[in-house]
Amino acid sequence: MAKIKFTSALKRYFPSLREMEIRGGTVKEVLRNVEKMHPGISGYLVDDHGHLRKHVNIFVQGDMIKDRETLNDTVKHSDELLVFQALSGG
Amino acid sequence: MHTKLLAGTSKGLVILSEENNRWKIADVYFEGLPISMVYIDERINTWWAGISHRHWGEKLHFSRDQGKTWQEAGVPDFKNHFIRPGNPATLKKLWTMQHAGTDRPGCLWLGSEPGGLFFSDDNGKTWHLTESLWNHPSRLDDKQWFGAGKDFPFIHSVITDSRDSNHVYIGVSCAGIFKTLDGGKSWHPKNNGLVAAYLPNPHAEVGHDPHRILLCPANPDVIWQQNHCGIFRTENGGEHWRNVSGKTGLPSYGFALAIDEDDPSVAWVIPAQSDERRIPYELKLTVWKTRDGGKSWTSFNHGLPVSFAFDLVLRHAFIKHGKTLAFGTNNGNIYLSDNLGENWNVITQNLSQVNCLVSASLHK
Repeated sequence: MAKIKFTSALKRYFPSLREMEIRGGTVKEVLRNVEKMHPGISGYLVDDHGHLRKHVNIFVQGDMIKDRETLNDTVKHSDELLVFQALSGG
Repeated sequence: MHTKLLAGTSKGLVILSEENNRWKIADVYFEGLPISMVYIDERINTWWAGISHRHWGEKLHFSRDQGKTWQEAGVPDFKNHFIRPGNPATLKKLWTMQHAGTDRPGCLWLGSEPGGLFFSDDNGKTWHLTESLWNHPSRLDDKQWFGAGKDFPFIHSVITDSRDSNHVYIGVSCAGIFKTLDGGKSWHPKNNGLVAAYLPNPHAEVGHDPHRILLCPANPDVIWQQNHCGIFRTENGGEHWRNVSGKTGLPSYGFALAIDEDDPSVAWVIPAQSDERRIPYELKLTVWKTRDGGKSWTSFNHGLPVSFAFDLVLRHAFIKHGKTLAFGTNNGNIYLSDNLGENWNVITQNLSQVNCLVSASLHK
């Protein structure tokens, strides 16, 4: 299984969110499984159309995903995913 | 009974309470988060807050215990809807909520950017885009519906006529006023008499910029409007608007508007100098009042800063509640008058920008 880690900023809204092992062959499948464990979290990560929000970044094995619209980047067994927020001002 | 003020700021929801004739900050919710909208559904005493996260999108929360606990509600979305063909619509901001009538329990309207009007019949668990408005020919025309200071047009005002909940007005920046007489099945522009000085045809049917509209509860045919191009008033439910801006040019431009609940001739505005100079005229923060339906205006600034004041009052940050008037400013100050605007006191300072202000009557 892959491993997924989240920015600590998300813990404010999902206090039980932890680094976890997760199934899924694509980023989309991984997020779908995260949603099952933390209902509502996908709305924080993707927009009305399921596209990755503009100021959210997901990295797989250290590389930012390429497909921000359909989230079809491949996730392999033992990959590590990082869910971060982009930097912003104000 | 006592009153609380709910100030939705760019850094949290601040609750002010009056004790022994002194106002103090009683609570802060959603600390550090931008509050885009606050609404109280007095039918079921529910507080609503719209949050505009920088990273995580727009969220909607409600409280049934005057803020002690909050839950996240469903958020409207534009799935499978397009601004124009090929350009998917995405929720940018929650602007306003309004219950849909005392005869429609659980029903709510919600206005957003881009210009979507959503309806819920289950107290906000689920939301449905009002297709009749979204598909209105004028909305599909970017010369009639267009953004004003925002990328997209937005619905900032929804008003239900208490005599008939099928009669609803909305204010769109920019497009203008639209009215339905059949509960939202069909919509009609009501902009006759308005002026859009920034258009080649200032009297276009659609393309106006109402900053704020308020309907007089005692006479629901009277509606006031602080518009980009002046102050307007209708006495016939929007069939014709009359420009009631000050004859000397003040008051004219601004965002904030408050009206008397009982006297349809009485209103207050807090103008800015002009579109180009969105600061108080001569840097003196001033409230203007009319008692005669806009024929004449009187200025009041006793107790307000009249030297180097840069405060601007946004469209949802001015309220009237009984004899109390209160407004919050973009500089994080809140002023209150308990004698209908003739004298003012600052009740708190150093907040962040006040986006919206709401009053709540509570049983002690």
